[in-house]
Amino acid sequence: MSHVENVVLCRESQVSTLQSLFGERHHFSFPSIFIYGHTASGKTYVTQTLLKTLELPHVFVNCVECFTLKLLLEQILNRLNYLSSSEDGCSTQITCDTFNDFVRLFKQVTKAKSLKDQTVYIVLDKAEYLRDMEANILPGFLRLQELTDRNVTVIFLSEIIWEKFRPNTGCFEPFVLYFPDYSIGNLQKILSHDHPPEYSADFYAAYINILLGVFYTVCRDLKELRHLAVLNFPKYCEPVVKGEAGERDTRKLWRNIEPHLKKAMQTVYLREISSSQWEKLQKDDTDPEQLEGLSAYTHVELPYYSKFILIAAYLASYNPSRTDKRFFLKHHGKIKKTNFLKKHEKTSNHLLGPKLFPLDRLLAILYSIVDSRVAPTANIFSQDGEL
Amino acid sequence: MATSSVSKGCFVFKPNFKKRKISVPIEEYFNEGKNESEDSKLRFETYQLIWQQMKSETEQMQEELNKNLFDSLIKFLQKSHSGFQKNSRDWGCQIKLREIPTAALILGVNVTDHEFTFRSLTEAVQNNVTPYVVSLQARDCPDMKHFLQKVFSQLMDCRVDVESKEEEKDIQKRTHCSMDSLSSWYMNVTQKTDPGKPRKKRTSSQWQSPPVVLILKDMESFTTKVLQDFIIISSQHLHEFPLILIFGIATSPVIIHRLLPHAVSSMLCIEIFQSLSCKEHLTTVIDKLLLTTQFPFKLSEKVLQILTSIFLYYDFSIQNFIKGLQLSLLEHFYSQPLSVLCCNLPEAKRRIHFLSDNQCENIRRLPSFRRYVEKQATEKQVALLTNERFLKEETQSLLESLHVYHTNYFLALRCLHQFTSSLPKYPLGRQIRELYCTCLEKNIWDSEEYASALQLLRMLAKDELMTILQKCCSVLKSSSEKQLGSTAKRIEELLAQLQSLDEVKEEEDASGSQSKGLQKTDLYHLQKSLLEMKELRRTGKKQTKFEILREKVVNFIDSLVREYLLLPETQPLHEVVYFTAAHTLHEHLNAAPRMALHTALNNPYYYLKNEALKSEEGCIPNVAPDICIAYKLHLECSRLINLVDWSEAFATVVTAAEKTDANSITSEERNDIIHARFIRAVSELELLGFIKPTKQKTDHVARLTWGGC
Repeated sequence: MSHVENVVLCRESQVSTLQSLFGERHHFSFPSIFIYGHTASGKTYVTQTLLKTLELPHVFVNCVECFTLKLLLEQILNRLNYLSSSEDGCSTQITCDTFNDFVRLFKQVTKAKSLKDQTVYIVLDKAEYLRDMEANILPGFLRLQELTDRNVTVIFLSEIIWEKFRPNTGCFEPFVLYFPDYSIGNLQKILSHDHPPEYSADFYAAYINILLGVFYTVCRDLKELRHLAVLNFPKYCEPVVKGEAGERDTRKLWRNIEPHLKKAMQTVYLREISSSQWEKLQKDDTDPEQLEGLSAYTHVELPYYSKFILIAAYLASYNPSRTDKRFFLKHHGKIKKTNFLKKHEKTSNHLLGPKLFPLDRLLAILYSIVDSRVAPTANIFSQDGEL
Repeated sequence: MATSSVSKGCFVFKPNFKKRKISVPIEEYFNEGKNESEDSKLRFETYQLIWQQMKSETEQMQEELNKNLFDSLIKFLQKSHSGFQKNSRDWGCQIKLREIPTAALILGVNVTDHEFTFRSLTEAVQNNVTPYVVSLQARDCPDMKHFLQKVFSQLMDCRVDVESKEEEKDIQKRTHCSMDSLSSWYMNVTQKTDPGKPRKKRTSSQWQSPPVVLILKDMESFTTKVLQDFIIISSQHLHEFPLILIFGIATSPVIIHRLLPHAVSSMLCIEIFQSLSCKEHLTTVIDKLLLTTQFPFKLSEKVLQILTSIFLYYDFSIQNFIKGLQLSLLEHFYSQPLSVLCCNLPEAKRRIHFLSDNQCENIRRLPSFRRYVEKQATEKQVALLTNERFLKEETQSLLESLHVYHTNYFLALRCLHQFTSSLPKYPLGRQIRELYCTCLEKNIWDSEEYASALQLLRMLAKDELMTILQKCCSVLKSSSEKQLGSTAKRIEELLAQLQSLDEVKEEEDASGSQSKGLQKTDLYHLQKSLLEMKELRRTGKKQTKFEILREKVVNFIDSLVREYLLLPETQPLHEVVYFTAAHTLHEHLNAAPRMALHTALNNPYYYLKNEALKSEEGCIPNVAPDICIAYKLHLECSRLINLVDWSEAFATVVTAAEKTDANSITSEERNDIIHARFIRAVSELELLGFIKPTKQKTDHVARLTWGGC
């Protein structure tokens, strides 16, 4: 148990809840457990390490990967089969199309000796994808214990709260467990945990402290922070490597790294430039301004008529059609200045979003805004089609 | 009512393949229609030869243009999974490996050209990096399942071993394609080949496990969900399935962020590669194919204008431009019997000897040749018009001079371009193709732009003038032929004089720098200084040495232009090599369907070529097809058309035509037939989109078009 605590940080209460839920090996556990929490709050990691260290028989399935029901069920069964028959080494592929088959086959598979007397855990990661599958899947998994009459527990991992899952019928309420976001202290602790072997833990902790000071306001995602920490660490170490500053000389180190981190926030964090490019920059010690980010290439060259077609489409979608005569005709008669016009000026059309318009109108506007005469040729028509 | 007709339907006729097999050999087509055409076979062969040369030239050029891009891309691909080899020995590696290396390839909006680029890219990657290249199109992958299936099947085909293919197909059948099976397949493949014999193909790359490159050809049109899911899945499998993505992007890379949420795009490690702008590409194409004596075939001003304007106004597509070029080449060889002589000079000279009498007559009929004859002395005129041998000899020399003319023409053109391309506001165009167009159109020295360009040239600073002259020198030297040899020498002289000025005196320098200052100022100042200069000249103030020299240079380039940039029409026999039928090209390449429809319905003779249909503008021939009559009648109506009136008018017109054999059937039967014909014509018009039924009045139809076109 102490091993788990060493590996899993800041999640003591959740771990102990889960452990008490699991109980002894042969005990029947709660039929289904629903774990939710924000991105990178350790859901997957905690469950996985827990199941692994306790050496419980389990199957871990990612629902994004199994985009059809068949794939999902087959993967579960095959892995279970592998678990039970690991000694024999024989593995035949099981095919399974419906949930009914699944229940039947599941019973067969779990009959094996190695699985018979203990709870089998099925973990469904990214469980929100289950909602898009067949309607019977979610209720089915929720009461799998009841349906199969076996000692099995299904654990759902999701970023969405349970209320959004609840199906209309046949629903069994799972045990809901919430993983709260890490606090800044927790983040500090976790990030400092994986310090590089060459440097002391304190040194790295100081670095993490600076990093969090810069990034904590914009990003609390542990994965992202860890990524950033790894990327920028060589720069932080630079004075130490060069011998200009000692490991304890925090102020000097801070001066060195702070502007650098801010730059990183503007570029790498937004994925304007890739991390490998960032690394290269650090090595060459050049200014990142020279490297143009993704949004620097906004300029798009378009053929002459395509430009006008786009403009015409824009005009057609944002102007009401009754103003066309006024805008696009040379002799449009007098404009009546009534209160009617003023009333509408208050709500900008841009706030209402683009509107539908007939194709004829687009072409008519196009012909009127292009200076020279445009022949209605096939090329223009085909471009309309493409746009 | 009447419009709900029988002919509303869709019938499928399968093409009869048997008939097509007996098709005529292509060169036979050159014979058809033109009874006076000569040497059709030879012409066709020449066409094929020239086209092959042009094609290989363009392909080679495109390869060269893409080389830079591909080189950097391949370098990226090679290094991007080097971390995979090191395998997490490094402390930071574990986290960074989660990112999928991604190349964003910005290709511009000319989608039609992308296919070629991707094909050569695939080839290059397969030769240099990895045998596993998959390229996908958005329309093949509406969902995850299809996406992975496509990847799977293409990867299977990548395998070089044939014997193991069978069992893999079984695997594919048995297991649903999932990422799991993909990575296990990959493990299998790499492990199998590792201990065994190293494949020949991969000796260039020292990789143990070559990465899998996935090219998404049109990244914009993929659905967001498929992309997201795929990226999430593959990033989880990245450590056992080294994947590299290449996004083909037509617009701008911002689209990546717009398509993918931050959570997903943070799994990518994106680097951007920009391909050459298509305008530059066009410039090189024109430079290599048209502004050269390598290919005898030339385009007239109008044709070139059409081709470039289609390119610039419509699609930016190089592929289409080259297709247009091919079409004009084909059309030229098809329609011009004398195009036999449109080949390289020695070959043309040889061919002249074998010209038939008819062809000689063709030569005599050429307008340019006639003009040439008229200028000759009388005896020579007679000889040219009667003596075949003399004519042939003369033609030889004329062709030769035409060749020389072209050589000089392009050199002079390039020189002039060097001068004008650096002027402010580009009076003669920035690109050489614009300059070429103006030169083809008229005598350039008559144009206002030319005069203003010369004015501007007279104000160039010394260093600018020198660089331009140096460039001109290199242009002249680059050509192998010694046509303008004296000119090159002259330029060198001028250059030397300019250089020697340096050492002479300070004064000149001062004036030089003054004029340099003028050069950089805006138009207003320019005008002002021009006026001042005039003033100066009037007062007869003595010019500095530099100014005299500059005047010399300008005069020199002016004389060069006047001597060599003559209109091609002035050259005898220019019809042999110049393609002028801009009209046909326009019809074929820039079709106007509505216009064609209108002509067909309004003037059926234009397409049917039936003498009976010939008529004056505006009146309806009685024997015209029913739909034409109905169309003409409907043109006279306003927005709503009464069907009864329409059908009566139709009946009157039609019966007028059939008076002769009216007795054979009863009038009632005939009325029925006419009614049926009318209904058919109306429904055909509805199908074409000229009218539609309206609910305002039940016995009326609404017109949908206005005016003639």
